Amino acid sequence: MHKELFPFFTHYPELVYFDSAATALKPQTVVDAEVEYLTLASTNLSRGLYPLAEQTSAHADIIRKLTASFINALPEEIIFTSGTTAGLNMLALMLEESLTADDAIVVTDFEHHANYLPWKELAKRKKAEFKVLKSTDTGIISESELIQTLTDNTAIVAISALSNVTGVMQDAPRLIEAIREIVPHAVIVVDAAQYIAHKAIDVRKWDADFVTFSGHKLYGPTGVGILYGKHNFLRILKPRIYGGGMVLDACSKETTYKESPDRYEAGTQNISGIFALGAAIDFIKRIGYESLQRHDQKLQKYAEERLTDTFGNLITIIGGKDYTRRAGILSFVFTGIHPHDIATLLGEKGICVRAGEHCAKPWHRNHGYSATTRLSFGLYNSKEDIDILITALIEIVDLLKK
Amino acid sequence: MNLYQDHILDHYHNPRHFGFLKESTHQSEALNPTCGDKLAITLLIEDGTIKDLGFEGEGCAISLASASLLYDTLIGTKMTDACQKEPSDVLSLTGLAISPGRMKCALLSLETLKKALCAKIES
Repeated sequence: MHKELFPFFTHYPELVYFDSAATALKPQTVVDAEVEYLTLASTNLSRGLYPLAEQTSAHADIIRKLTASFINALPEEIIFTSGTTAGLNMLALMLEESLTADDAIVVTDFEHHANYLPWKELAKRKKAEFKVLKSTDTGIISESELIQTLTDNTAIVAISALSNVTGVMQDAPRLIEAIREIVPHAVIVVDAAQYIAHKAIDVRKWDADFVTFSGHKLYGPTGVGILYGKHNFLRILKPRIYGGGMVLDACSKETTYKESPDRYEAGTQNISGIFALGAAIDFIKRIGYESLQRHDQKLQKYAEERLTDTFGNLITIIGGKDYTRRAGILSFVFTGIHPHDIATLLGEKGICVRAGEHCAKPWHRNHGYSATTRLSFGLYNSKEDIDILITALIEIVDLLKK
Repeated sequence: MNLYQDHILDHYHNPRHFGFLKESTHQSEALNPTCGDKLAITLLIEDGTIKDLGFEGEGCAISLASASLLYDTLIGTKMTDACQKEPSDVLSLTGLAISPGRMKCALLSLETLKKALCAKIES
């Protein structure tokens, strides 16, 4: 489906790409938007008074508004970052001042390291408690686990809405509501890096305080992302990255900073990336989330059936056999065969998958796996891709099984 | 190049010297934390020479086959010579062009060996 929209396949027509959770391929419109900036616009934001620079600024403003309406936020709540990782690290610095040694930061065991290490380090700097919610074998956080772990001193709860290992989608609005009920004053941070590629986000309905995602999991460019923050936070939190374009008065003893979002966007932004992010959001809107989900569910169902029918007890599907709970990702392990061997052999056959810990060591440690093999689907994948995978896996299992 | 050539698969399916020695003078184990590969070795050293060895491990085909290939060359070797083994020696035994991503797998066998023998020499 839609393979013709992705120039990647003009160059690699035979390749089967199952690694969209690492980075999605880019449609031609995204490539064109990036090239358009580099060739036709090519000027900086907010500083030039000549027409070309004004046009560049105006176009970036349009994309900020487009991004805001995409997740039902206000434009001043949208901070351009270089990606999810940068957004979460900056946010941890922004929240540092208000955290004390009596507080606790809580994350889940299925966080990507990007939503784990910044919080672990912040807790260490402030001598605060750092706690990890243990997920069930089906990839969710149980109510009793929440109640047990979210003590009154919880100041920050950082959770992923869709695990990049299990692919299990959290019921984000309900989970956020449950957290709010137990610890009403905690700051709730959602890592939506994977989620945004599969399901619409409405930050007003979600009621999370901060939500982050990257452009490149959304069929957009690398090096650009979004940090959404509720306006009442962004009005008062101090910037933590300093430089050009974010200051009103740099000379007086107390520096005065601009309002959000400018105060959080010091230095020259990834303008070509912002242009291309706009094209990626247009692309998603044109396809529509319903259509994206339908396509993904068709692949999830087919892949799960074919894998379990073909390999039976030899294979374990991570998060359990229930494709309706997953989005974009299907991870598995074969008894007695190392995931790295599977991924290397598939790679030799022109099938791109990922194997290892997927930057999520705590989940692997907690659930007793040294590594897993991960398939992740995009709009360009088809049932034929899964048939090619199964044929290759049969050969590999035959070669390596003891 | 195909990593999974016949001699690699042979050593993976039928690792030489698999199983620990009942009596050994030197032992060690090492982990490759990035992929969870584990190797452990026992050696019997007499008069500074490796008389016998046995290993066990869990992991990918590359790490187990390179352990089997390397350890198979060591019986009768002087301990000091075994300690001089370089990564290039292991790689030439495998005969493979190992990608940077799999290098740790291939060299875990050498790390395990050096941990058993060389630390004691140095101390």
